[in-house]
Amino acid sequence: MSIDIATARKVAKLARISVPEADLPALASKLTGILGFMEQLNEVDVTGIEPMTSVTPMRLKRRADVVTDGNIQAQILKNAPDAREGFFAVPKVVE
Amino acid sequence: MSANTWTIAAARDALRKGDISAVDLTMSCLTAIDAGDGLNAFVHKTPDIALDQARAADLRIKSGDAPAMCGIPLGIKDLFCTKGVPSQAASRILTGFKPEYESTVTSKLFDAGAVMLGKLNMDEFAMGSSNETSCYGNVINPWKVDGRDLTPGGSSGGSAAAVAGDLCLGATGTDTGGSIRQPAAFTGITGIKPTYGRVSRWGVVAFASSLDQAGPMTKSVRDAAIFLTAMSGHDPKDSTSADLAVPDFEAALSGDIRGKKIGIPKEYRMDGMPAEIETLWSDGIAMMRDAGAEIVDISLPHTKYALPAYYVIAPAEASSNLARYDGVRFGHRATLDAGDGITEMYEKTRAEGFGPEVQRRIMVGTYVLSAGFYDAYYNRARRVRALIKRDFDLAFADGIDAILTPATPSSAFGLGEMANADPVQMYLNDVFTVTVNLAGLPGISVPVGLDSKGLPLGLQLIGRPWEEGDLLNAAYVLERAAGFVAKPVKWW
Repeated sequence: MSIDIATARKVAKLARISVPEADLPALASKLTGILGFMEQLNEVDVTGIEPMTSVTPMRLKRRADVVTDGNIQAQILKNAPDAREGFFAVPKVVE
Repeated sequence: MSANTWTIAAARDALRKGDISAVDLTMSCLTAIDAGDGLNAFVHKTPDIALDQARAADLRIKSGDAPAMCGIPLGIKDLFCTKGVPSQAASRILTGFKPEYESTVTSKLFDAGAVMLGKLNMDEFAMGSSNETSCYGNVINPWKVDGRDLTPGGSSGGSAAAVAGDLCLGATGTDTGGSIRQPAAFTGITGIKPTYGRVSRWGVVAFASSLDQAGPMTKSVRDAAIFLTAMSGHDPKDSTSADLAVPDFEAALSGDIRGKKIGIPKEYRMDGMPAEIETLWSDGIAMMRDAGAEIVDISLPHTKYALPAYYVIAPAEASSNLARYDGVRFGHRATLDAGDGITEMYEKTRAEGFGPEVQRRIMVGTYVLSAGFYDAYYNRARRVRALIKRDFDLAFADGIDAILTPATPSSAFGLGEMANADPVQMYLNDVFTVTVNLAGLPGISVPVGLDSKGLPLGLQLIGRPWEEGDLLNAAYVLERAAGFVAKPVKWW
């Protein structure tokens, strides 16, 4: 599978990483190399094999559906690049 | 010998006997750390926290209530969230981030009285095998045999260099594809990745959640046993942590492996493997046989597919985990131009914040999870993963107790030497270790000898799930037989 420049641009967009147009050919070539390495997986007969979902077969624990914390607004906002009036602040989303 | 060179076991015994105080022990490490800046291992030093913790440890030791790790000075990999102390995962995108909470692993260590000397360098988000992707710059291996600066391995390169260079008595590491075992082998120390679920992942910055496990990096197998006992245990805050009792791993070190079956997998004899690695492996086999183990040739037929499966699954999980770094809640946010909206904020923040290797892996993960490719790549890789795990299950069902393999395909290489290589060339460093993460098994790297250049080489033992005690005991036998005592000559 060869990744063309349009696909590289699309993947960068999906990943929300800005990649300058000039860097797209190099990115496409690196991605092609990595995905080429993965092509080996097509040699394996996986008929009837279920995808592995957990390392050790164990049932996930359940816990009571109750509030266990709260009233920590200041802590939650402490590391925000921009927090105002008790909220995370971001550029305008809706005109 | 200065106390910073001691093992954890020796320091514990000296502290309990009153031969040294935790404060003096900590001071000797802080002095070594300040003299060790040339290694670039410690990236956030916390001497005030360390001395406070050491003073508290001394009181506790005096009162007779001293767990094994009480007063032991440690380095903590930057991937662990530590309250009020920078925790950046060696990434620009977490610049300035100081967690408001403490990871379960560091909480457990501090509850046991351990002392934190500071945070340790690593590959960015633990993605790398040479510690060259860090936003803090390269870590330098304390081992030097010519004019070159060598890599300490990665991603736990700062942990490995700090332990090998005697800046601390032990360090935490994390291992997603070999990130504890490969740097341990490159620096002549011991590193164990426990069974997936043995150690809580809560508060450890996530890379690939189904593969990540934390573990200790130490100067001896006994130290690994003591340290791992303190880190392990069920945590309600990590739903994948196992609700199993934690045995005293040190008590498992009987030194007796008579009658144990050690498997030698033929698929690990790779084409083009250096003769020195081949010889090291044969020597290790002879050591285990001489100790009374039965050596059994085994086959793990899907081994060669482990790396490609890993490099689908790990980036897929990473692309999802790293979606949280968006410049909104913590860390770096790009300076925006007039008229930029929220999408530009995400895209610019992530382009500035993530280094090239992390960006590449996020994009590979995005691609293999995208519509139309999910089955062809991601689900196929997970099916192959099931087969890799089944290979091990069958070997253990046949009565194999542990598996002996090389830890790495070479000794430490020069920093910058892989700069122009294909990313896949760097991935080959993980060829012997990555199977263990895919199968969720415990694996340990033990230093066994030096190559012709005078650089350390390690062997890996792989154990049955949840049998870290038996695994550590086998490693203890290997360690004693190998008698590896070489230390790097101090140049820094």
